[in-house]
Amino acid sequence: MASGDLIRDRVSVVGVGNTPYGSFPETDEYGLAAHAFRNALEDSGLQKSQIDGLLVCRIPSYVRMGEVLGLDPGWTMTLPGHGRMAGMAIVEAAMALVTGQAKYVALMYANIGRSRRINYGGDEIPSFWDPWGFTSPGGAHAMMFRRHMDLYGTTTRQLAEVSVAFRHHACLNPDAVMKKPITIEDHEAARRIVAPLGLLDYCLINDGAVCIILTMKDRARDCRKAPVNIIGVGARDEYRESNISLYATDCRYAAVKEAGAVAYRMAGVGPPDIDAFMCYDNFSPTVLFTLEGLGFCPRGEAGRFVENGTLKLGGQLPTNTDGGHLSNSYMQGWALNIEAVRQLRGEAGARQVPDCNVVQYAQATPCTRSIIYTRA
Amino acid sequence: MSYAKPRPRIDPLTAPFWENARRNILSLQVCTACGDKHLPPSPVCPKCLSSDQDWRPASGGGVLEAYGEFHRAYWNGFADDLPYSSAIVRLDEGPLMATNLVGETSAAKVGAKVRVVFDVVADDLTLPRFELTGD
Ligand SMILES: [Zn+2]
Repeated sequence: MASGDLIRDRVSVVGVGNTPYGSFPETDEYGLAAHAFRNALEDSGLQKSQIDGLLVCRIPSYVRMGEVLGLDPGWTMTLPGHGRMAGMAIVEAAMALVTGQAKYVALMYANIGRSRRINYGGDEIPSFWDPWGFTSPGGAHAMMFRRHMDLYGTTTRQLAEVSVAFRHHACLNPDAVMKKPITIEDHEAARRIVAPLGLLDYCLINDGAVCIILTMKDRARDCRKAPVNIIGVGARDEYRESNISLYATDCRYAAVKEAGAVAYRMAGVGPPDIDAFMCYDNFSPTVLFTLEGLGFCPRGEAGRFVENGTLKLGGQLPTNTDGGHLSNSYMQGWALNIEAVRQLRGEAGARQVPDCNVVQYAQATPCTRSIIYTRA
Repeated sequence: MSYAKPRPRIDPLTAPFWENARRNILSLQVCTACGDKHLPPSPVCPKCLSSDQDWRPASGGGVLEAYGEFHRAYWNGFADDLPYSSAIVRLDEGPLMATNLVGETSAAKVGAKVRVVFDVVADDLTLPRFELTGD
């Protein structure tokens, strides 16, 4: 039995919460995370004293976090503020639950990168390649997208479909940072950052926090709302050729394919069964790469696949219905996971996907993960 | 005028690469136990874990893996160069290298053949860059 099978359909999400998203220089990670925790706890109907597992991500001190929240848990984990920890965190917390190390785990993520003026490049992330001026995750994704353009004929107008669809969703999401609709022409005219990518291909940088509460499925019935169950998880890490920021020569095709296959097999579903897709979108090309790896379209054809609003609500595959990192909030995968839960509960309001039964989350990163959720 | 762009971080692991570059040699770290070639250098061979590592000249040839153009200066020293070329090259020996494409670049295409050239950018710093061979 693969270790992931221990998780299969045994763990439920019972609480989700978030802060407003924006610029909050008056507070810090602890203040933001506490706000999200309070909302998630209220959402779950649990008492604070029932929380006996604590996972913190991009929060400097788990000790201080526990002090702020008044918790003495039986299980604690801390993960760094890298844009790929959300999927890992949820799987780790699920393993803590199935092995009996905790009964109710609160996972919290906070980001105060906007108020701290984080640049995500240059001297913040020194590398061997600095003397040539190569830096930043955006630079690496510009390179990968150029490769995709030359190898498969993908165009920036096709790439625009990703940004346009997610902005459309953000306009329907009261929490989202970006509320002005955009067109393919706006995407084409936006200033370049690292060509071929421009401003509308880049994630936002904003402050905010997210909290998720997990428990075992058999305990979830006692919570306030209908539980959302984790029915499949898959993983593949790639470090061997990882030194040029986030550059991957195959645009992570093999890793996404493998992580996706494991998650689909465990869940007993496939791409045609996915009602809504939550796709890690640090940069717009990542969405195209992920669609190909998971098999929503053949390799090299994601540009054509997304044309004419495929990813929009009402399209073939509603994707990042909250607006994603590009237009909702840069919560590094965490907000996408709470959006999955809200869609499955039918709480997504104007952006609700009708008859939403199965939602997939995927992050194509050096730590590729996919999680498949269903409603009970 | 002083050199305002980021300089290499020279340490015992990386020093041979930069010393060789000043002598117009593009070099790779080579494992003397198994022959694996890698860049950036590593304290042990990523393939066989041997500590016996040496430096050997690379052929200087490769193919264009990807290319782009920075329109944003992540370091102030690049502000006057915007936009500047950026490229990733797959060296003939296997490793990837982030670099710049110089010379006539209008025929740049993923898979195009490239060869190394050496730019003396400061008295004590030479950068290996690449140009299209036209083949
Ligand atoms: Zn070796």
